[in-house]
Amino acid sequence: MKPRLAGWLVNGALAGCAVLALLPLLWMLSVSFMAPGAASALPPPLWPAHATLDNYRTLFALNGMGRYLVNSLAVSSAIALLALACNLMAGYAFAKLRFAGRERLFQALIGALVIPAQVAMLPLFLLLKYMGLVNSYAGVIVPAMATIFGIYLVRQYARGVPDELLEAARIDGAGEWRIFVQIVLPLLKPVMVTLTIFTFLAAWNDFMWPLIVLTGQEHYTLPLALASLAREHSEDSELMMAGSVVTVLPVLALFLALQRHYLQGLLLGSVKG
Amino acid sequence: MKPSPTAWLFLTPALLVLGVFFVLPVIAALGLSLTDYDLYALANVHNLRFVGLRNYWELLQRPLFWAALGHTFYFVLVGVPLSIAASLGSALLLNSPLARMRAFFRTALFAPVVTTVVAVAVIWRYLFDTKYGLVNYALAAIGVHPVDWLGDPHWAMPTIIAFAVWKNFGYNMIILMAGLQAIPPELYEAARIDGASAPRQFWHITLPMLRPTLVMVMILTVAGYFQLFAEPYVMTEGGPLQSTVSVLYLMYEEGFKWWNLGTASAVAFTLFLVIFMVTTLLLRLARRGAGA
Repeated sequence: MKPRLAGWLVNGALAGCAVLALLPLLWMLSVSFMAPGAASALPPPLWPAHATLDNYRTLFALNGMGRYLVNSLAVSSAIALLALACNLMAGYAFAKLRFAGRERLFQALIGALVIPAQVAMLPLFLLLKYMGLVNSYAGVIVPAMATIFGIYLVRQYARGVPDELLEAARIDGAGEWRIFVQIVLPLLKPVMVTLTIFTFLAAWNDFMWPLIVLTGQEHYTLPLALASLAREHSEDSELMMAGSVVTVLPVLALFLALQRHYLQGLLLGSVKG
Repeated sequence: MKPSPTAWLFLTPALLVLGVFFVLPVIAALGLSLTDYDLYALANVHNLRFVGLRNYWELLQRPLFWAALGHTFYFVLVGVPLSIAASLGSALLLNSPLARMRAFFRTALFAPVVTTVVAVAVIWRYLFDTKYGLVNYALAAIGVHPVDWLGDPHWAMPTIIAFAVWKNFGYNMIILMAGLQAIPPELYEAARIDGASAPRQFWHITLPMLRPTLVMVMILTVAGYFQLFAEPYVMTEGGPLQSTVSVLYLMYEEGFKWWNLGTASAVAFTLFLVIFMVTTLLLRLARRGAGA
């Protein structure tokens, strides 16, 4: 094959794939600006004849989208920060501190990764019910405050911290906590960014657990609100698309801004452990 | 370096959370699956009775359980190979020396991965609408009659599979790209000097060198795809004619719609066993294949 033709084929195929990947998202954006009912026409319109923000206005004024957006932001931020703290400390301890049974405990955690999270959900619901946390933000946040994946990610990264640095600080008389805050944390900054955006995106997109534990609308996160809207307003495609935009745009923007860190985390986390 | 007593202070928060909110519930789930925990027990725990393996036994005699297991296997058996083929194909394209604007294409192909399942499932519902959907409109242009994608029991699961492939292929694409970049270029150099064609290079260098990555990606994807839930919940509500009820969908309905927490726990544990057996089997097969 001539190199020129091969180049056209490769780039043409890539462009085709990119169109397939992005078309549904662009279509969503376009329909969200259409007047109610305009998308249900033949031929299906690709562009709004008269662009309008009515759907967004309806969502925020009548369907409480603002509240769900704030819920999602608050719950996801809380999970990201708390999980960051717990996973950082544990991951660092597994990487750099000596204690009896360290390897065995870590292997046990990795082994537990084969258990699907859904197995725990039924008793977890009962546990939270007795703790009075069902239908509260805490019910979503508390079980997500530490993840095996996060601990693993931090450990992989923290192993690169030179032992000599920590030993020198210990000889100088620094306590373990001071060493962690003043020496280790600055070195772990890249993995902190990676872990934060990973956890935030996962919390934002999570559906099954919030669906189980949040029983009242006032606590709904965006995916829950959208799923319940989809059951009530399945005919209003323009309204639903505006709701999808509000749900997807924040995470998509966050990903675009911090793409490099996200992809690094994905690769770091997938190395065979 | 001597053992440090503060190590446990660093570990306590994470281990406490994982212990109380994951390990403990998993053990409790096993116990729960041996009881008749239902709405009455939820109201008063004295109504709880130990029933041994009866939940499992009754599950094995329920047609809906077998149907759900069948749909889930259908989703995994068709969805995983298609997903990995899409991931591998796009990784090869992106990794080609001829590819231009790589950063842009990589971002574009990865974008569906970070989107919210519920939101994009809603989009697909409209794209695959029988009357006004773009898909049927495009198909009509080449003379295909309208298909009731999500309303026809034969088409609902294939549509959900297409959705899952679109949503997820970017994830493995990134991992496979890293695998491709780790293959020493000298191997291709030598093959070119020997006059090996591109397909032969792919078959004799790329695939064998990529094998460990492919095996890992496949096992993780299989384990993930067995946990099908949000897609049927949003796109079809398990229908039409229960043709998209997955095992987790059944667990959710049993547990949180009918409050049969005992039965639902048995469903969850059965799924866990199935995932465990299938992934172990795949790992064994992969190891044996590597030794041959």
